[in-house]
Amino acid sequence: MKTPKDLRYTETHEWVRIENGHAYIGITDYAQDQLGEIVFIELPEESDDLEKGEEFAAIESVKAASDVMAPVTGVVVAVNEALEESPELLNEDPYENWIVKIELEDESELEGLMSAEEYENMSKE
Amino acid sequence: MKKTALYEEHIRLGARMVEYAGYEMPLQYSSIKEEHHAVRNHAGVFDVSHMGEIHVLGSEATDLIDHIFTNRVRAMTAQEIQYGFLTNEKGGVVDDLLVYKVNDEFYLLVVNAANKDKDFAWIQKKNTFDATVIDKSDSYAEIALQGPQAEEILQRYTETDLAAIRFFTFAEFDIAGKSFLVSRTGYTGEDGFEIYGEGDDVKMLFARLLEENEGLLPTGLGCRDTLRFEAGLPLYGHEIDTDITPLEAGYGFAVDVRKAGFIGQDVLKRQKEEGLERKVVGLELLDKGILREGYDILHEGETIGRTLSGYLSPTIEKPLATAILPVEHAKKGTIVTVKVRKRMLQARVRNKTFYRRKKS
Repeated sequence: MKTPKDLRYTETHEWVRIENGHAYIGITDYAQDQLGEIVFIELPEESDDLEKGEEFAAIESVKAASDVMAPVTGVVVAVNEALEESPELLNEDPYENWIVKIELEDESELEGLMSAEEYENMSKE
Repeated sequence: MKKTALYEEHIRLGARMVEYAGYEMPLQYSSIKEEHHAVRNHAGVFDVSHMGEIHVLGSEATDLIDHIFTNRVRAMTAQEIQYGFLTNEKGGVVDDLLVYKVNDEFYLLVVNAANKDKDFAWIQKKNTFDATVIDKSDSYAEIALQGPQAEEILQRYTETDLAAIRFFTFAEFDIAGKSFLVSRTGYTGEDGFEIYGEGDDVKMLFARLLEENEGLLPTGLGCRDTLRFEAGLPLYGHEIDTDITPLEAGYGFAVDVRKAGFIGQDVLKRQKEEGLERKVVGLELLDKGILREGYDILHEGETIGRTLSGYLSPTIEKPLATAILPVEHAKKGTIVTVKVRKRMLQARVRNKTFYRRKKS
């Protein structure tokens, strides 16, 4: 299972990457593996507000629907529209294929997220 | 958690295991979709050893079953199987099951794993007859070989002419040198067999079938549900339940309201005579998305029904669901609104048997 060192992680299997002052959010390799074949994703819209800990997207695998939780609070500035046509991209490369890009409201929220090492230890349990 | 006789085979095959009805069962081996298509196009083999097996024995065995079971058990001859329901006093479903008639004084009841203890207690409670009810679940292992190539594959292992075993009949004979009870039944909408035997024998057969037959895949509970869903077969707790009668669910063919007295018959007879107030239908989602169980169905702001099962159908490649609706909204072609999380989506009512195999 891949867990890139430069990302921050949540207990609900999302990751956050900071790039040029924006936060990109996606789901982890562990999450996509547990879900199985992803067949649909319900995305938020640009300028939607994300509230830390609240669901902002839904991922549908063959088996079931799963919520994606916001790791941090902020405003959506872009959604990865490629996922609408090709949701399986999340299975193929969950770290390259982010779900939303947001404007962070409070950078200090990042400190509460897990490091790669902490996340790996949690997922192993 | 309980393990079936095939547990080590599942681990060896790299299955993803899940808990189901107290058993550790394979959800999938490769992928649900791949396994689903294997059953539709070639063949798949399922471990269904978790199913419950109950023996009903004695001079009044037929009378007991006739009293608790909705179908025409008195019309059965030996080696026949009937599908039907145990119903409660309100006509709701205690369980759906298969009844295998061995002879007038010996029946095998095959019930849902999750309901087995409840069913056994129910049957015992209703047993005011000269009959003995025994839970034999731990003595049986069971696999289901399903798909258009099922007969061809199984025939390689037995002298018995499988073509002679018609749909919903069974026989006992040797396969690969061991003795099994084999029925032409299944839960996938395809041709196939359900094979009962001793744990070690079933394990041997499962392993040999997979090793020696190209195109045959081990198939898990994941695709078992997508397959039965497409074929319009009910899953207890979804399309049928204590508060959904077999008639509302659309399985009237397995309910004989005219036979002499079974539990809940008066309610079902009245439903049949006066007409249903609600029924289980199929839905096809017209907007983008996927329907799952438990979504509200709305009409002019009021909740009028709910979805019962739902998938992006692997065979039909459309988002489909079963739902329970008042009859005035249940006509084919009716457009209804389904609340999916925060979105209101449009769906069209259609027949709930989404898939029918082409009979050869």
